[in-house]
Amino acid sequence: MGRFLIRRLLWLIPVMFVVAIITFVLMHAAPGGPFDKDPSQRQIDPTTQKQLNAQFGLDKEVWLDFSALMKGDIAGFFDTQFITYMFGGTVNGKWRCGFICGNMGPSFRQRGMMVQDIVLDPPEGRQAWDSKAGYSLRLGFIALLFATLLGIPMGVISALRQNTVVDYASLFIATSGVTVPNFVLGIFLIIIFAVGLKLVPVVPRSWDNPIVWILPAVVLGFGLLASTARLTRASMLEVMRQDYVRTARAKGLSQRMVVWRHMLKNALIPVVTVMGPAFAGLITGSFIIETMFGFPGWGRQFVLAIGQRDYSMIMATTLIFALIIQIANILVDLVYTFLDPRIKLS
Amino acid sequence: MATTATAGRHSLDQALTTKPPQSLWVDAWGRLKKNRAAMFGLALVIGFFFLAIFGPMLAPHDPLKINDGKSFLPPVWSPEIFNSTNKVGDPQFFLGTDSIGRDVFSRLIYGARVSLVVAVVPTIFITALGISLGLLAGYSGGMLDNLLMRFTDIVYSFPDLLFFVVVMFALRDSFLGDWANGLILLFGALAIVNWVGIARVVRGSTLSIKEKEFIEAARSIGTRDQAIMQRHILPNILSPIIIIVAFSVPRLIITEAVLGYLGLGLRPGTSSQEFFVTSWGSLLLEGQTAINAQPWMLLGPAIAVALVVMGFTFLGDGLRDALDPRMKGTG
Repeated sequence: MGRFLIRRLLWLIPVMFVVAIITFVLMHAAPGGPFDKDPSQRQIDPTTQKQLNAQFGLDKEVWLDFSALMKGDIAGFFDTQFITYMFGGTVNGKWRCGFICGNMGPSFRQRGMMVQDIVLDPPEGRQAWDSKAGYSLRLGFIALLFATLLGIPMGVISALRQNTVVDYASLFIATSGVTVPNFVLGIFLIIIFAVGLKLVPVVPRSWDNPIVWILPAVVLGFGLLASTARLTRASMLEVMRQDYVRTARAKGLSQRMVVWRHMLKNALIPVVTVMGPAFAGLITGSFIIETMFGFPGWGRQFVLAIGQRDYSMIMATTLIFALIIQIANILVDLVYTFLDPRIKLS
Repeated sequence: MATTATAGRHSLDQALTTKPPQSLWVDAWGRLKKNRAAMFGLALVIGFFFLAIFGPMLAPHDPLKINDGKSFLPPVWSPEIFNSTNKVGDPQFFLGTDSIGRDVFSRLIYGARVSLVVAVVPTIFITALGISLGLLAGYSGGMLDNLLMRFTDIVYSFPDLLFFVVVMFALRDSFLGDWANGLILLFGALAIVNWVGIARVVRGSTLSIKEKEFIEAARSIGTRDQAIMQRHILPNILSPIIIIVAFSVPRLIITEAVLGYLGLGLRPGTSSQEFFVTSWGSLLLEGQTAINAQPWMLLGPAIAVALVVMGFTFLGDGLRDALDPRMKGTG
């Protein structure tokens, strides 16, 4: 168990490193840098540009500095943008620790701010959960609650009343949830509730009113709701035919006891195991929904950052999302062994 | 005990004699035909292919023709609450016109091509790549197998949409992005991520099949490895392959639409002689920018994407139930 965990955690390092390299290379392959291509703002004169590049360390080689290596300068060989970002380096005369210290780099677009401040710090006078990360986490959490609190009962009732109207109705919802992509659902709901009925604004100005959270949360959680309901139903149907359930009934236990204590407890194992990656998916996959609803979370920040070539922001988001997905996958394997002792980790 | 055993044997014999032996495929097709949802899905898919191929003959208008003075027309059937422009619909334009007067319905028909090409072409590549590498890795094991699994780890930890967004942004203005309206770049990005899933399934099935006696028998009479893989293993793992391919197709279509919606999809052609005039993703983007004035513009492409995804998903569900009845109702 301990060895398994250590091996998985150690394996995180090379994976994250490769993810970082791929993102870094692709990002720099995009034409234009953060300071030179922005038609909406003043063009920068060459001297200022040079100073800005020096200030942000953009004057270094992107990847590895082979010209320094030719001169026999080993330190110079590694003194590049990538190494500086990931591990640390001297920028503008000062030494700065990189991503491994939790330093996500200075934002190229929002001057004087570090990426972690933009993502984690709430605006003046607001609570911690009003930060960009806070908004996204809250939305993901609400969507998760919506999906599980509705999806699990739907699946259970569906299985207990197999082949009745209730079953067909919930299967219909589940099937449409699996087949209709969530951004298409978002479009339908916006057209009906925001444009047609005008119950909520299309793009809310303030997110303090809980009503405006309903649409994005429903859209985000609907796919998970559907797969939770389908999975719960399938797993309940399987458990229902097990011998121990028949034994429990034969003992004369009440229907409620049988369902709660004997069936649900076992039927939920596969459901619980998908929750971790599902939550990770809700947090990391929400940037389309956030863009669609103008939601002030970090997913939308990422889409904006790409257009603005805000290198630090793009790197930080990709790395954090990759980390979240990895950790969720490790947690699933751990939870699995707790819930079902027959499974051995290898 | 004895009587039940003979009774069981008896009915088994009876079953064997009354029912002629059928191949897996005939059997599966029989099951698929009985599945109404799968048949509905198949009909939808065939319908969309028909639309994509014969689009120019079916579209009532030129999808790129700008009809002067006919911009912002709502569809005739549009309810009052969606009409903020005070214009009256023209029955000539069944789904209305966009902000510069192009016929939305014709554009929608032409858009089907991109979705279906994205569904078919990368799928051929990723299937071929996934099968060959998965087979090799599963059969020979060792270095290649290790490499494949490590690569899988990396791809699975990369948030895939994030990857597509970064790739499309980075390489859209390069020569790769200009090639065939950016289609080649899109195919490449989709293929890099998606072949891994197939390779993993193929590897897993190969691992379990290669321990079977008939493989050992084939090897003992001196069959070469390549022949074993092609003639003995591949036919036996076709059903999981078909199932996972059927499920990866709708994902590809959704990804294309999402990228188009974010403004990162294909570059639409400029003349109606070109094959790709527009895509559903681009139509969604156009609709989104005009959501307050012309919400109906979003409706067409949204329904189209939902229907084609539904068609492929139903077909995939049906194929899974038909080819692997034990998995029925799961997932």
